[in-house]
Amino acid sequence: MRVTVRLFAQLKDLAGASDLDCTLDAAADATGANVARVEDVWQALLREHPALAKFGRAMSVAVNLDYARMDAPVRDGDEVAFLPPVSGG
Amino acid sequence: MGLPLLAVTPDPLDLMGLVERVLAERAAHAEATGDENAGAVTSFLGTVRDKNQGRHVTVLDYEAYEPLAVRVFERIAGEIAREWPDTVLALHHRTGTLKIGEASVAIAVASPHRAAAFAACRYAIERVKQIAPIWKRERFEGGDTWIEGAVADPDDEAARTEARRLACV
Repeated sequence: MRVTVRLFAQLKDLAGASDLDCTLDAAADATGANVARVEDVWQALLREHPALAKFGRAMSVAVNLDYARMDAPVRDGDEVAFLPPVSGG
Repeated sequence: MGLPLLAVTPDPLDLMGLVERVLAERAAHAEATGDENAGAVTSFLGTVRDKNQGRHVTVLDYEAYEPLAVRVFERIAGEIAREWPDTVLALHHRTGTLKIGEASVAIAVASPHRAAAFAACRYAIERVKQIAPIWKRERFEGGDTWIEGAVADPDDEAARTEARRLACV
């Protein structure tokens, strides 16, 4: 399965890109659809960009424009965003 | 149609436009329901400060995850509608490179009474700082750095409680 990864602010700078395609191994869920976890996307990203590891758990994630947790399910075609601590205002 | 109530925009902010918008919104509600119109509007304008933690700031670069930011603004509007049911919120945040003194965020709240208007306005900016997916990079004399504040978590009740406390609820 493939997902689109969105990176912002310092995460974007460290990876050198704001949009990335990520190909993942996925297990079939009860309905037969392929599913992975946000954590799997993050680990795949770290393999390509080890410098991102400094963010550890000090970030937020969103799946398809909803804030989510690292154990949230991810399906083919989803947009997964990794968000450093925010500083709007 | 005029300005949207909630927006992330690269264009200069129009605080008076937001004030007029929330007044008109409340007046339309009053007309339709027989409720009171606005007796107060509070507003907040966040502007670029020239010094931060001893650094002489030259400009700020604002970046947003725009579609999620608008959804977060809708969430904040919903929280405010539940806490202060008679208020109308307008909230715009700017993106791009801003010079010293330029406005980065503009908020207007209309209400029949001033207490709710003040409280909701303060609550709105605190929630923006807690959960809106927006970042600023500070460029200063000798370098630049991304500013990192809160780890955004809309479901964090402690953060909501803190925003309510600052709003003097």
